[in-house]
Amino acid sequence: MEPKNRNSNTGMRLFAELVKQLGSSTKTNDKLAALLSYFETAPEADTIWVIALFTGRRPKRTVSSTYLREWCIEQTGLSAWLFEESYHTVGDLAETIALLLPPPTNESSHSLQTYLEALQALSDQEVEAKKSFVLHAWDELNREERFVFNKLITGGFRIGVSQQLLVQALAKLVNLEQSQIAYLISGQWDPRQTSLQQLLSSSYAATDFSKPYPFYLCYPVEGELEALGNPAEWQAEWKWDGIRGQLIKRNGELFVWSRGEELITEKFPEYQGLLNTLPDGLVLDGEILPFMEGKPMPFALLQTRIGRKNITKKQLEAAPIHFFAYDLLEWEGTDWRDQPLQQRRTKLEALVAQVQHPKLLLSPSVNFDTWEELAELRSRSREFVAEGIMLKKKDSVYQVGRKRGDWWKWKTDPMTIDAVLIYAQKGHGRRSNLYTDYTFAVRKDDKLLAFTKAYSGLTDKELLEVDAFVKRNALEKFGPVRTVPAELVFEIAFEGIAASSRHKSGVALRFPRILRWRKDKTVQDINTLEDLQQLLQQFGNEKAD
Amino acid sequence: MLSFTPSGIYCSQGGFYIDPWKPVEKAVITHAHSDHARWGSKQYLCHPDTAPLLQLRLGPVEVQSQDWGEQLDINGVRVSLHPAGHIIGSSQVRVEYKGEVWVVSGDYKVVSDGISGDFEPVACHHFITESTFGLPIYQWEDQEIIYQQIRQWVLDNQTAGYSSVLLAYSLGKAQRLISCLAPLQQPIYAHGAIANVQEKLIDSGWKLTPVVRVPVEPNRNQLKGSIVVAPPSADGSSWLKKFGPVKVAVCSGWMQVRGNARRRNVDAGFVLSDHADWNGLITAVKATGASSVYVTHGFQAAFSRYLTEQGIEAKEIQTAYGTEEQE
Ligand SMILES: [Zn+2]
Ligand SMILES: [Zn+2]
Repeated sequence: MEPKNRNSNTGMRLFAELVKQLGSSTKTNDKLAALLSYFETAPEADTIWVIALFTGRRPKRTVSSTYLREWCIEQTGLSAWLFEESYHTVGDLAETIALLLPPPTNESSHSLQTYLEALQALSDQEVEAKKSFVLHAWDELNREERFVFNKLITGGFRIGVSQQLLVQALAKLVNLEQSQIAYLISGQWDPRQTSLQQLLSSSYAATDFSKPYPFYLCYPVEGELEALGNPAEWQAEWKWDGIRGQLIKRNGELFVWSRGEELITEKFPEYQGLLNTLPDGLVLDGEILPFMEGKPMPFALLQTRIGRKNITKKQLEAAPIHFFAYDLLEWEGTDWRDQPLQQRRTKLEALVAQVQHPKLLLSPSVNFDTWEELAELRSRSREFVAEGIMLKKKDSVYQVGRKRGDWWKWKTDPMTIDAVLIYAQKGHGRRSNLYTDYTFAVRKDDKLLAFTKAYSGLTDKELLEVDAFVKRNALEKFGPVRTVPAELVFEIAFEGIAASSRHKSGVALRFPRILRWRKDKTVQDINTLEDLQQLLQQFGNEKAD
Repeated sequence: MLSFTPSGIYCSQGGFYIDPWKPVEKAVITHAHSDHARWGSKQYLCHPDTAPLLQLRLGPVEVQSQDWGEQLDINGVRVSLHPAGHIIGSSQVRVEYKGEVWVVSGDYKVVSDGISGDFEPVACHHFITESTFGLPIYQWEDQEIIYQQIRQWVLDNQTAGYSSVLLAYSLGKAQRLISCLAPLQQPIYAHGAIANVQEKLIDSGWKLTPVVRVPVEPNRNQLKGSIVVAPPSADGSSWLKKFGPVKVAVCSGWMQVRGNARRRNVDAGFVLSDHADWNGLITAVKATGASSVYVTHGFQAAFSRYLTEQGIEAKEIQTAYGTEEQE
């Protein structure tokens, strides 16, 4: 990669164009081409920021959305309610503001890096300084540029480019293997202190010993298990409902990374005890799970730990976190990912046995001889507080990203309830003209009781049909919410159920979604609150809130 | 003088309806879109340019036509039509009885598209307005800029070896697109629904660019890299296979919001509307000088609340007009 003489004046324009192209192209190849052409033409200093932004390394927020709203309202002279109405229709604050502002009177001549660094420099400034910077920027950026500028502030560049695609583009750009790129851009690095050349050169990677390997992810089982061939070639494990993580010990330090490539070492002080017992140059893949009295505990408990900055002694006791190791990726500083799973597993088992630390557990393999036997075990997953089964080919290497073939997940069937639609609300973003957010009720004696919201799961055609029903039959309005006659029955699926005092129904569901529209059923046929309570007793987690 | 009934907007003194959604004796029609011109009424009154479109759509029906500005007396009620700028033939309906004036806008846009007739502000006491894009997020860019973007998109596609399929409603948007594409001086292939309308209009004396009907069985590569105008229903259909590798664009005001463009899952979205944008609606309402405004199909709650805040008495009215597909 030789440095090119690139014009930094057009930086923001090029970036806005890239975001637009990525957002509108429907084909992976077009997105790839757009990324590649961006990296080839954009100012070098901007490209490193783009990699950072697209891999979720968002700079610290220095201007609050409340101020952005306020200033936009001031600039446009709109009433606050009209701003909110607009926001509700668009579904994205950055975009709403970009659409509402009057046309700019200037043209931008700055790079993306300039805007980002200026935004960072605002962190210890007075509100007035922040305001004058933002207003000045708004007045020199066009609609597309304003949108990305606002996004730089509000964060969340989910613009239809997967990490995988970014990796592909960079691999093409610098002529490296995708797995190498994935590794190089993972972990902790700061776009302000790293150049593109440093980031993408392997010698630089060697100096960052905290880096995890890119996770190997898998698809759900498709079709019949028999198609996977001889059961003896496969290893089965429970699929846990925790946080997938890598536990790393290198250079006498311990690091814990989540699957989202977030460094979460500090959140789990329990693991510090492992520092002295684990050998150096070690990377384990496994599940971060609370575990007590020989059993994993529900995800809800783990959740109480994730959100907190400071962890109290009480929390440590209530949700004792363990590491369920299922793979070994590095041993004595050597990358073991190319070794067959069976070999990695043998090494892992020996290690766990030798270390003998109460916090480090071996995620057991599930023994089975036939696929029928495995199906039977899977149906009992909930007894083991598992979500289902993981299937891994015994001779598989540890791949990068989501791949078909060697690893599969086979989740239990979700619990389901037939419920009736009673409230609808317009969706956000891509569905902002349609009523797509629904609240459902079950029967309680002769009344209906709202018990959950659920999204998605309907085809576009069905969505339009429900939308038309809502628009034609709305009974009452509460703000954006419409009450509809209790006529449409849907089958709601969910992964977990817990008691909840916050919900009128007394239950909270995990991952509720619409499984199918039951046009064959009427409101007479829906499930009752007792049915829900029975599920709660059978499979309920302790407490959700 | 006008009232809102389950069959539509009704003038009891004149005994006629305006854009009724149920079959009635006498219907005054603002324009030929299917949600405004519905099947089943005994008699239709509309602009002469709407008449052939009405017959194209509804079959042989009894249609009386009346030019813009011409006065008609129906049982003491003076009825006249005035250009609405929405599509060919689209008209506002002005009714006057004993000095009280009402205007029904139908659908309208205030920017001239060079085809539909230029919107005429008509002074009245009561104005019934649409509000399809009645939120301030809908502020259209200059149509010439959009036209240039569309032509550039087509040329870029041709360079990359793609046909360009532009999805647009067959009556209104399609005619605008065809005239936008005419300067490229290439054959413009049209889906049957659009070719029918275009031919009907040319037969009725309009100087419009002729389109080429898509051959049933084109030769291999005959249509590669071509320009195609098709109704939204053609999206995803096997009919598109005739054109080889294609890029598909939607041309609609709804494309203003990124999420809508993404939901359509097409390669490009061009913000080109036959409706007034936010500022257009406000300008139109103010220009009538009406003291009371009735807001129909669209963002009626928001737009009427806004007008009320501006000191213009406004109410929202539920109608059966307005379907997203028609824009
Ligand atoms: Zn219309
Ligand atoms: Zn309309």
